[in-house]
Amino acid sequence: MSESDRPGEGQPTETPVVAEAEAKAREPRFAFLQRVLREAGIGIALLLMIVIFSSFARHFTDESNITNILTQVTINLIMATGMTFVILIGGIDLSVGSVLAFAAMVAGVVLKSEALPVPAAITLAVLTSIAVGMACGFMNGFIASFWGVPSFIVTLGMLNVARGAALEVTNARTLFEFPNEFNAFGTATLLGIPAIFLVALMLVLLGWAVLTRTVFGRLIYAIGNNEEAVRLSGHNTFFYKVSAFVISGLTVGIGAIIYMSRLTIASPILGSGFELNAIAAVIIGGTSLNGGRGSLVGTFLGAGLIGVLADGLILMGVGDFVRQMITGGVIILAVIIDSYRARFAERTR
Amino acid sequence: MDTDSHNGDRPRSPLLEIKGLTKRFPGVTALNAVDLSLAPAEIHALVGENGAGKSTLIKLLCGSYIPDAGEMRFCGAPYTPQSPLDALEAGIRVVYQEFNLLPYLSVAENLLFDCLPRRYGLLLDYRTLHKRASALLKQVGLDVDPHISVERLGIAQRQLLEIGKALSSASRLLILDEPTATLTLREIRRLFEIIRDVRASGVTVIFVSHHLNEIFDLCDTVTVLRNGRRIASLPVAATNSQEIVHLMVGHELEAALAGGRTVEEPSRGPAAIRVQDLRFRGNAHGIAFALPYGEILGIAGLVGSGRTEMLRAIFGADRRDGGEIYRDEQRVLFDHPRAAVRHGVCLLTENRKEEGLVLPMAVRVNVTLTDLARISRAGLLNGGTEKALAQNWVAELDMRIASLEQAALDLSGGNQQKLVIAKWLFRNAEVLMLDEPTRGIDVGAKAEIHELLRRLASAGKAILVVSSEIPELVALCDRILVLWRGRFAGELRRDEFNEARILSLACGESMAGGNISFRGGTKGRSDE
Repeated sequence: MSESDRPGEGQPTETPVVAEAEAKAREPRFAFLQRVLREAGIGIALLLMIVIFSSFARHFTDESNITNILTQVTINLIMATGMTFVILIGGIDLSVGSVLAFAAMVAGVVLKSEALPVPAAITLAVLTSIAVGMACGFMNGFIASFWGVPSFIVTLGMLNVARGAALEVTNARTLFEFPNEFNAFGTATLLGIPAIFLVALMLVLLGWAVLTRTVFGRLIYAIGNNEEAVRLSGHNTFFYKVSAFVISGLTVGIGAIIYMSRLTIASPILGSGFELNAIAAVIIGGTSLNGGRGSLVGTFLGAGLIGVLADGLILMGVGDFVRQMITGGVIILAVIIDSYRARFAERTR
Repeated sequence: MDTDSHNGDRPRSPLLEIKGLTKRFPGVTALNAVDLSLAPAEIHALVGENGAGKSTLIKLLCGSYIPDAGEMRFCGAPYTPQSPLDALEAGIRVVYQEFNLLPYLSVAENLLFDCLPRRYGLLLDYRTLHKRASALLKQVGLDVDPHISVERLGIAQRQLLEIGKALSSASRLLILDEPTATLTLREIRRLFEIIRDVRASGVTVIFVSHHLNEIFDLCDTVTVLRNGRRIASLPVAATNSQEIVHLMVGHELEAALAGGRTVEEPSRGPAAIRVQDLRFRGNAHGIAFALPYGEILGIAGLVGSGRTEMLRAIFGADRRDGGEIYRDEQRVLFDHPRAAVRHGVCLLTENRKEEGLVLPMAVRVNVTLTDLARISRAGLLNGGTEKALAQNWVAELDMRIASLEQAALDLSGGNQQKLVIAKWLFRNAEVLMLDEPTRGIDVGAKAEIHELLRRLASAGKAILVVSSEIPELVALCDRILVLWRGRFAGELRRDEFNEARILSLACGESMAGGNISFRGGTKGRSDE
């Protein structure tokens, strides 16, 4: 269970403290502060950014712009949710962008199938997209865990394999003219909030519940901290490690469908560079690249911060290239802050 | 209790003088106004339970911590190290329990890493490097090729290498933090010779150890710390182990440690676990034994005799080459730890930090890790049940923790070991295999662990204990099997226990009765 998700629980309340053992047996004094800081820090940064853009960037608080931000954030948030599972077990998934394109192309072919009635085609397309994502995730996880290959390398390979496969499906042609019902979902709103954002939000909530409230999530965290201890405690670590990659694939499959319905096309060049945005959201959100530490709340805020930053900079008239530089700088800054946080924890121990 | 009166027999001025040294951490005073004086060329033992302040004192000496109060004088001049570099320059060298070696560099490069000989200021001078490395290796009595990489060395060799490294540059004070914890008796003897040589060359040595007999073998003076205070400094010749233990813990413990099992011989009931022709790590000779419920069976043997490997092979943590395992007389496969755990068999490894605990996670999480089904329904965790059950075991094992949410990392060695035991009792393990259960644990906690194991055996658990400390096995076990080069060299029942005999069996000498003989030409790994 993520300690960071439950601030305040760590205060010594229930257990009687034996006086002579006090020297060693004590909660680090700033533990509470640390736990709050982990997510509050990024939350405060996000708020600050919103305040600054609200005052300096024109139209930032317009309803249409807020809708725009939520739409922009959606895809990254979905992919980052799966990525959080992978990074928590100490892995990384570089293939998500390419797998998104591959899943989209396969789903697009299904969607355009003349033989099926529209509702059936849409349902089948959603299922295929998810299946393709999960299959790629399974292969990533299986190869990395079974042969003990660093996931960095395996998913780098998959990045190329999936991109090639995406191009192969239609021989590099772009698919369009999907059913109207399908395209409508990409722009649908509920109470003024984009429907696709609500899907992302639900995924985050579901993922958060899995990570903090289930046996599965507990073991994901434990494996990220000490895989060997978990194995020797009688758990099937292989299953959980592969599962993390399958979950990443699952979110990619969902992301592919949502991205298609928003763009109303499926192109084999979709999603390039998405892996970096997803990883950035997770890292800015305070999840450790070494695994075992972090949470989906952080990832949510991290994805939000990236979206708000990009949108605000555009509104302030900052060019594409400079924007990219600033986003990169923020990622580096987040990692530096994390290293200070780790040192702070060490010192107060 | 302070006894500084014996200063009379030290004519020379002290090498290091500490006055009122204090170090506070949030919520605790780790070192409280400690006075200490080290004579030139003496071996000064530093003893105390875990948390007594030994590590803090060492870290203050070597500049890792800055003191809050007090002063130090080294070689007559004020000494205020701001960083470990200052300590190195002053000639203070520390060999820590955790090694600081670079595994992929050669022995020679590791030895002289702080002052690699250079040519033209840039190129590494390998000739000089290996010449000086060879000399140092000879000095510490380590017979290895300086060209090979450190990853190929065993723990004992690494320990000697660390000491060689500390001797590589001129030092006036050498601090050894539990150097014998991982060594066998023979290696310890050699280490002691080296330390005496070091003393003869005029260097003062601070020697930290949990083994009191070593202090009487080796040291000139002993300082006892307790709860951050110096309780006493005594010449070793003027004290005895009872007195030191008494000073360390403040209450009587000797009885608990030396008493052994007072319960009657357990009935030889059905075997909880039986092993036949177990082969592992290319060892051609099968191992066979049976362990009934309620018995504590000890496994003695030197480092490299296959003790750890045997436990790991039974548990399914490593591959087996062959053999059969019976649990309650039912054949079981145990091809991975999951299967063993499902059958109520558990392994408490010798590295509790690396393999036993998820250190950064809460005590609560560590206790329940072995049986998450018990605290969940349909995969959903029940926080209330978890806390209540974890709390039960914390109380049952008398663990001193501030909170269930405390990270396992912040517990003392003794409490960490209890935590590992707790997590297996939480799983209702019936067969407990413990590898070095009291390594690096202070005297008080050790007695508690022993008491706990006896209690568990009385409650019907089958317990297998591997230990390098023969006195520990003698005090704890009902029966001892001696391993030698991957097979059993002998078996001793409680009334036959004899330290010297166990040791000679472990060293490959046949039993006094002569009913076990060793055929020559053993194929297998060399034992050292």
